[in-house]
Amino acid sequence: MPERSGASGASIELENLAKRYPGTPRPAVDNVTMEIKAGELVVLVGPSGCGKSTTLKMINRLIEPTGGRIRINGEDVTGIDPVTLRRKVGYAIQSAGLFPHMTVAQNIALVPKMIGWGKGRIKDRVEELLDLVGLDPGEFHGRYPRGLSGGQQRRVGLARALAADPPVLLMDEPFGAVDPITRDHLQDELIRLQHELHKTIVFVTQDVDEAIKLGDRIAVLRERSPIAQFDTPEAILTNPADDYVSGFVGAGAALKRLNLTRVRDVKITDCPTVTVDDPVQEIFNKLRGSGTNEILLLDRHGRPYKWLRRGDMMRAKGSPARAGTLVSDTLSRDATLRDALEAVLTDTAGRVAVTGRRGEYTGVVDMETLMSSVQDLLEADRLEVMEHQHAPEEIRAAQTHAEQEGA
Amino acid sequence: MSFWEYLGNRHQQLLTDAYQHASVVFQCMVVATVIGVLIGVVTYRSGWGVKLATMATSTLLTIPSLAMIGLLVPAVGLGVPPTVIALTLYGLLPVVRNAIVGLRGVDPSLVDAARGIGMSRVMRLVRVELPLAWPPVLTGIRVSTQMLMGIAAIAAYASGPGLGNEIFRGIASLGSRNALNQVLAGTLGIIVLALLFDGAYVLIGRLTIPRGIRA
Repeated sequence: MPERSGASGASIELENLAKRYPGTPRPAVDNVTMEIKAGELVVLVGPSGCGKSTTLKMINRLIEPTGGRIRINGEDVTGIDPVTLRRKVGYAIQSAGLFPHMTVAQNIALVPKMIGWGKGRIKDRVEELLDLVGLDPGEFHGRYPRGLSGGQQRRVGLARALAADPPVLLMDEPFGAVDPITRDHLQDELIRLQHELHKTIVFVTQDVDEAIKLGDRIAVLRERSPIAQFDTPEAILTNPADDYVSGFVGAGAALKRLNLTRVRDVKITDCPTVTVDDPVQEIFNKLRGSGTNEILLLDRHGRPYKWLRRGDMMRAKGSPARAGTLVSDTLSRDATLRDALEAVLTDTAGRVAVTGRRGEYTGVVDMETLMSSVQDLLEADRLEVMEHQHAPEEIRAAQTHAEQEGA
Repeated sequence: MSFWEYLGNRHQQLLTDAYQHASVVFQCMVVATVIGVLIGVVTYRSGWGVKLATMATSTLLTIPSLAMIGLLVPAVGLGVPPTVIALTLYGLLPVVRNAIVGLRGVDPSLVDAARGIGMSRVMRLVRVELPLAWPPVLTGIRVSTQMLMGIAAIAAYASGPGLGNEIFRGIASLGSRNALNQVLAGTLGIIVLALLFDGAYVLIGRLTIPRGIRA
């Protein structure tokens, strides 16, 4: 692993990796073979005790494998000094594992100090990292871990793992045991960081939703770590390899699939619009001419303001200021389809306006558009899976499956 | 002669004795701390090692101090050597026990984290485990010191240094004018020293326990 500044990921290959504890009849981890591409975020997911943590800890040799090879960027690290190895591999654990007797800055500075960075460089790096994980350097620098909230501790833990800019990051249920809202924030933050840094991340979790949200690819593990399926979240949701995987992913795979697509990625419909500055006559004309029941009234900045129905203008005696119902909920283009569905379901008229970055109107989603985009998505997923499958009988099975679904 | 007059007349002697008392306790405590922490570090990770260390040190503590010094005199002679050896041995138990408790009490996930970020065994011990175990070790040292203060008085029996000489002189001349004064001066001196040391430990605690783990 060459040291680079701003090192992005390195590839990891696990080859027949195994761990057998002496005195136990069966190995804890059996024959894991896996190739992780540079810059990829791979999630290991499985029930507790399936050996996913053991597998992870074998990558930085916190647990010595009893068989198999580990290669990082092509270099065999199975035999090198584990201490040297670990300084090049970031490691973040569930409880954050911050040393309570050291300040936040001291915690983060540990690895750079160990590998012999100069004082000034370490100081700058600490500031940079605190900033990167969304903590104000001035405020948090000298604080002790016990004065931090759970979420803040996880952030510092992440900063510490990233301190010496390792190409590989191992994360062992790093967002476990925090409340759901904080967890969600931390996940978003990790996604953002990964977009900037392109590390190779191996992430262990028990939470399928977390895996689907974060993973470029997901490895679903069985007892003793044989990989049940190692594929993209889309493929795992739409085409689980077997009953074990589908059972683990759980019911509602189609719903979970909605989390993977954003409103910007699907076709949204348009609806006739007028602005508050348009003369009343034009509004009437548009309403009559549009063929739909309602039109959207935009404010001066082009933001959705009111829904106007045919009767509304009559009742309000032609004054758009008094007519119609205020737009209560809008969707940003970054919202997931799941959010969109939620919004459409709760909207009394079953349609929601989509807005751009500055809140300006860009389109409308309703049940119909959602349905058709979901169907397109699932169909596309299936086609893609079929292309990747070489065994002919599987193609046939998938085809019949698709036909049945389509019927 | 009243007690105060006695103190006034003999303050030179008393101060010398007190100084020697404090000095021998302090030095023995330093040695006991070093040895005790070492024993703790060597044994804390094995179950039987812990049992052996605690048992050995507590057995030492059950030997009456007079008997211990009596036993040491034939071997190492009179004066300072038996005093230092006896005090150090007595001082071990609280330090060893608290060192073991402290080191075993370090959250395993922190040790895991320390290994995971690439700390060597020695580094883990020096930078993580010992600092985290320090508060209980310091408590052990404090308890030990209080104990040694009293036991050090017995050292005078083997012509050792300290305020014990005052007490023994008093006991030897019971009935004489100054007997009570001597015993009283020696005893009170030891109490005052013990309080001073305790105050010093509070200060040491403030200075050496990082803010992040201070209770």
